[in-house]
Amino acid sequence: MSSSIWVKPSNSFEREGFSALRQETLALTKRLFIQLIRRPSTLIAGILQPLIWLVLFGALFSNAPDGFLPGGMSYGHFLGAGVIVFTAFSGALNAGLPVMFDREFGFLNRLLVAPLTSRSSIVFASVIYITSISLLQSIAIMVTAFFLGYGWPGPSGLLLVLVTLLLLVFAVTALSLGLAFALPGHIELIAIIFVANLPLLFASTALAPISFMPSWLGWLASINPLTFAIEPIRAAYGGPLDLGLVILHAPYGDVTGYGCLCTLIGISLGLFFLISPLLNRKLA
Amino acid sequence: MYLIELEELVKAYGAVKALNGLTLKVPNGSLYGLLGPNGSGKTTTLRILCTLLAPDSGHASVAGINVLEDPRSVRSEIGYVAQEVAIDKILTGLELLQLQGDLYHLNPRERDSRIAELIERLDMKAWINRRCGSFSGGMRRRLDLASGLLHKPRLLVLDEPTVGLDIESRSAIWQLLRELKSEGTTILLSTHYLEEVEALADQMAIIDAGCVIAEGSPQGLKQELGGDRVTLRVREFSDEDESAKVRDLLVKVEGVRQVVVNRAQGFSLNLVVDGEDVLPRLRENLKKSNFQVFALTHSRPSLDDVYLQATGRTLMDAELAVSGRRDIKLETKQAMR
Repeated sequence: MSSSIWVKPSNSFEREGFSALRQETLALTKRLFIQLIRRPSTLIAGILQPLIWLVLFGALFSNAPDGFLPGGMSYGHFLGAGVIVFTAFSGALNAGLPVMFDREFGFLNRLLVAPLTSRSSIVFASVIYITSISLLQSIAIMVTAFFLGYGWPGPSGLLLVLVTLLLLVFAVTALSLGLAFALPGHIELIAIIFVANLPLLFASTALAPISFMPSWLGWLASINPLTFAIEPIRAAYGGPLDLGLVILHAPYGDVTGYGCLCTLIGISLGLFFLISPLLNRKLA
Repeated sequence: MYLIELEELVKAYGAVKALNGLTLKVPNGSLYGLLGPNGSGKTTTLRILCTLLAPDSGHASVAGINVLEDPRSVRSEIGYVAQEVAIDKILTGLELLQLQGDLYHLNPRERDSRIAELIERLDMKAWINRRCGSFSGGMRRRLDLASGLLHKPRLLVLDEPTVGLDIESRSAIWQLLRELKSEGTTILLSTHYLEEVEALADQMAIIDAGCVIAEGSPQGLKQELGGDRVTLRVREFSDEDESAKVRDLLVKVEGVRQVVVNRAQGFSLNLVVDGEDVLPRLRENLKKSNFQVFALTHSRPSLDDVYLQATGRTLMDAELAVSGRRDIKLETKQAMR
C-alpha cells in the first residue's frame, strides 16, 4: 500500500475519474460545512478575536503623532493589513483540528476503508473548507476596517489581497495538516497552535514596522511568512498599486511586491511537498 | 470457492507480535466466525483484510484481489463494521448515510433509494434524522451496519458487532446477519462470545496469540473433541487439597478420560468422560470414599471445551488474563492512522 495519494488511479467504479473525485470531495467538504453551521463558535471566535485586536490596538495608538510610521500612514491603516492576515493565519492554523479529531476517534478509518478515487480528496476537502472560512473571516475584518475608517483597497488591490490571503492560507493549511498527521493527539496540536499563534504575529510586521524593532526581531520578522503576506496587503491599501516597487525593507535587502508574492508561492509549494511523504504514509 | 484467503500473515507492533503466521480461508457465501479473546489478533486480521493495515509478511486476498496490490478494488467489495463505532456526532444519521453513499460513488438516486431501504429494514425511521451524538449504542450499531451495507458489498466484515448491546439489539443483529447470509452475502465476524459463533457461524476459527489453532464448523469441532463433560463439586466451596484427593480418586474410574481441578471456579472438578453411563460409577466411588456430591452437571462438549482443548484454558480465563494487561491507550494509538 505504497501508492501516492496524489496519483490518479486507473480503476473505475460507478462514476469514473474526475466526477468520482468531485463527488467524494464535495461530500467531505459538505460534512465540514454542516459541522460549521451547527457549531458556529469557531467561525464567530475567528472573527471576534481579530475584531477586538483591530478596535483595541487601533484605539491604543489613535493619539500617536502624525508621521510616526513610515510613509506617514495612520496606525489604523497600518494595523488593518496585519489583522486581516492574522485572521486568515489563525483560521488556517486550525485546519488540522478536524482531521486530528477524525484520526483520534476513528472517523478517518471509516474514510480509509472506502474506495476513494484518491485519498487526496480528504486533503482537498480540508483545504476548500479552511480557505472558504479564512477568506470569509478576513472579508468580515476588511469590512469592519472600512467602517472604522481604515480604508478599502481598489479593485486591483482587492484582487491582490485575495490572492495573497489564498497563498498564505494554503501554506498554513499544509503546515496544520502535516502537524495533524504527525502529532499523537489533539492536545499536542492545540498546544502547538496556542504557542505558535501570538509569537508569529508579534515577530512579523503586523503590529509594527521593522524599523521599530531591535535587530534580532527585525531579522525574525523579515523571514516570517506572515510578513510576506502583510506587506503586499498593506501596499494594496496604500493607493495605486505597483508590485515592482519595494514594499519591504528587510535587514538582508529590499523586497518588491513581486518578491513577496513569489516567496509566498515558494513557501506554499514547499510546505505541500514537505508534507507529501507524511500524507502518503498515513493515507496511502 | 474461497472469497477470502489469508496466508501466513505476520504483523508486529514494535516488540509485540499481533499476528504470527495466521492462515485461513473463508468460503464464498458462508458466515465465518473468528473466536478469540481480546488481544488474540482478530482485529488486526480484519484491519489487514480491509486495507487499513499492511502485514509485515504474508498474503491476503479478497475475491482473488491482493489487498496490497489493488486495495481500492478490495475496498469496493467489503463493508466494514468496526469494533468502535466511529460516527460524526454533529451529522444526522441520514446525512452520515448520504456521505457514505457518496464515498462509495453511488449515484444520488441509487444512494437515496438504498438508504430508504436500509432505514426500513433496520427500523431506523424514528431517529434517523436526529444527530448521531444523541444515539444509543444499539442505534449507533444499526447505523454502522447500514453504512457497511449501503453499497451492497459481497463481503461484510464485522468486528465484535454485539459488544455492549442489550439482548434485544443483539437478537435483531443476529437475525439480520442470518438474512444477509441467506441472500448471498459472505460474512466474516469476529467475536469473543461463544454463543454468537454457535448461533451464527457455518465455519469458525479459534485464534490465539496471532494464529489459527482450530478450524472447522462449530458442530464438527465439538464432535471431533468427543467425550462428555462433567462438572462436579463435593461441597459448595472446596479447598485445593480436597479437590486434589477427589481428582486422584476419580481419574481411576473406568470411563473417565481426564480430571482437572478448576481453580478459577472454586476448585470444582472438570471431567471428560466416555458417556453418561459413567455417572453412576462416579457417584458410587465418591460414596465409598465418604465424599458427598454437592453438585454435578453433565453436558455434551461445548465450544468452550473446544477452546480449552486447543489453548489450555477457557475463554473466560483467557479474557480475564488479557483484561488485566490491556492497554487501551496503546490500542487507540494502534487504531490511529
